[in-house]
Amino acid sequence: MVKFKAATSGAKASMQRISHYFGLHRENARSSLQEILHQPLASLLTIAVIGIALALPAALSLLVQNGRSVAGSMEDVRDFSVYLQPGMSMDQAEDLAKNLRMRALIAEVRIISAEDALVDFREASGFENAVGALDNNPLPHTLVVRPKITAEAHTLDTLAGELRDNPVVDQVRLDTEWVKRLNAILELFKRSVWIAGVLLIAAVVIVVGNTIRLDIQSRRDEIEVYKLLGASNGFVRRPFLYVGIWYGLIGGCFGLVLLVVSALILAGPIEKLTGLYGGNFVLHGLNIVTMGSVLAGGILAGWGGAWSAVSRHISAIQPQ
Amino acid sequence: MIRFEHVTKRYEGGRDALRNVSLEIPKGELVFLTGPSGAGKSTFLKMLALIERPTRGQLFVNGANIGRMPERQIPRYRRQVGLVFQDNKLLPERSAFDNVALPLIIAGMSERDAGRRVRASLDQVGLLKKEKSPPRMLSLGEQQRVGIARAIVTRPGLLVADEPTGNLDPELSLDIMKLFRRFNDIGVTMVIATHDVNLLDQLGGKRLTLSNGEIQGGDFGGES
Repeated sequence: MVKFKAATSGAKASMQRISHYFGLHRENARSSLQEILHQPLASLLTIAVIGIALALPAALSLLVQNGRSVAGSMEDVRDFSVYLQPGMSMDQAEDLAKNLRMRALIAEVRIISAEDALVDFREASGFENAVGALDNNPLPHTLVVRPKITAEAHTLDTLAGELRDNPVVDQVRLDTEWVKRLNAILELFKRSVWIAGVLLIAAVVIVVGNTIRLDIQSRRDEIEVYKLLGASNGFVRRPFLYVGIWYGLIGGCFGLVLLVVSALILAGPIEKLTGLYGGNFVLHGLNIVTMGSVLAGGILAGWGGAWSAVSRHISAIQPQ
Repeated sequence: MIRFEHVTKRYEGGRDALRNVSLEIPKGELVFLTGPSGAGKSTFLKMLALIERPTRGQLFVNGANIGRMPERQIPRYRRQVGLVFQDNKLLPERSAFDNVALPLIIAGMSERDAGRRVRASLDQVGLLKKEKSPPRMLSLGEQQRVGIARAIVTRPGLLVADEPTGNLDPELSLDIMKLFRRFNDIGVTMVIATHDVNLLDQLGGKRLTLSNGEIQGGDFGGES
């Protein structure tokens, strides 16, 4: 048989082979991108599905991350409110405050008089007229107690119990329970996000696999010709793998757009919400790592889907 | 170059497409394979392209027992055989140039190096000016010539053609056959299946006639 003329030197030949190899990959990458752009409608549907499937778990995980940061910042706030019995005098409130301030546990005690509380309530609630119609002030004096950071939870519980037994005191509200509950809920949420993420990535693999399978079927004749001309399975596979990678990458970009748009839509309400809580909460988590994982997830899933399709279907196509 | 040793091909269902065929085709020969349809011509050619394998017997091409060749060596083998088909099997979306370049790209040649060879090939079939045209812009005869250019571009030692003039009128057929004759003159071994016996009288070359899967006559005798 006539062989190709050997290159002048082995080194040169292998250099040529390497550069040819990369050239082939570049060409494959280029032509598969063209192919995707060539049929925009069908590709758009696939890309939209991939984008949504990738954006969903990313959005959920952002939600969890932000929820945790909220819970985290609240954990330190262990202020508790001591409501005095109605009808107690301001002196009695001052006495109790003085008593509390002397304890080693306590950092600070602030008194909100019934009058101040009523003014606040009138302004914040919007029930000005209704409040004005009241004969006497129904609100009690309140002590807002801030424990020292070093104070342990169980000693605070003991203190709260002691205060409840005090005849002057009506109610003690220690607000740490909801933080614990929030954390438990977030943990549950986090696992759900993992499950959703795995399922949705699997969906991307299946969607890309199916798209490529149809692609392979519609190009059956072409693949047969390639094989008749001596193309290996690897040679035939490569462009389809690139199609998968492109789908994953473009789908991932679309997913990122969805994420950013959602974040922008949510930014207003979040600002308002944090304003209400007097905090300076910022939506975070949409950083390089998150973006990178969305893109990497897309590329991997696209490649995986393409691989599952080509490995099953390409070697099955043999010229007749 | 080609040696069939008691080759039998039995398809599923029990039909024997070839029966105990033995023959040897020397290097550089031009062989026309004739016979009625269903005689086994296509099976004979498919074996040379390793699209089919012998059920029994041995088949050697260039010293290699291709009947037993492992699956993953088939692509490399096919790159050394030029194939021409009745329906030309060109890629409809690609230009004549790209179609002819395909075997070289598959063989691992860079596009730049391939360019010269492709143009030389297209020149040999007289279609250099139509390199940019896709198959649908070409006549049937031109399409077949592009198919031939694609088959010879890798300079194969063996060219196998299955009814290459089956879709063409007599005048074009003669042109195509003369083209094959020219490549044979430069030493390419050729096996061409055709039912067009009138054409062969004008061309010379050896004949091999199959009937019912057996060698019936021609220049290779009936030594089955």
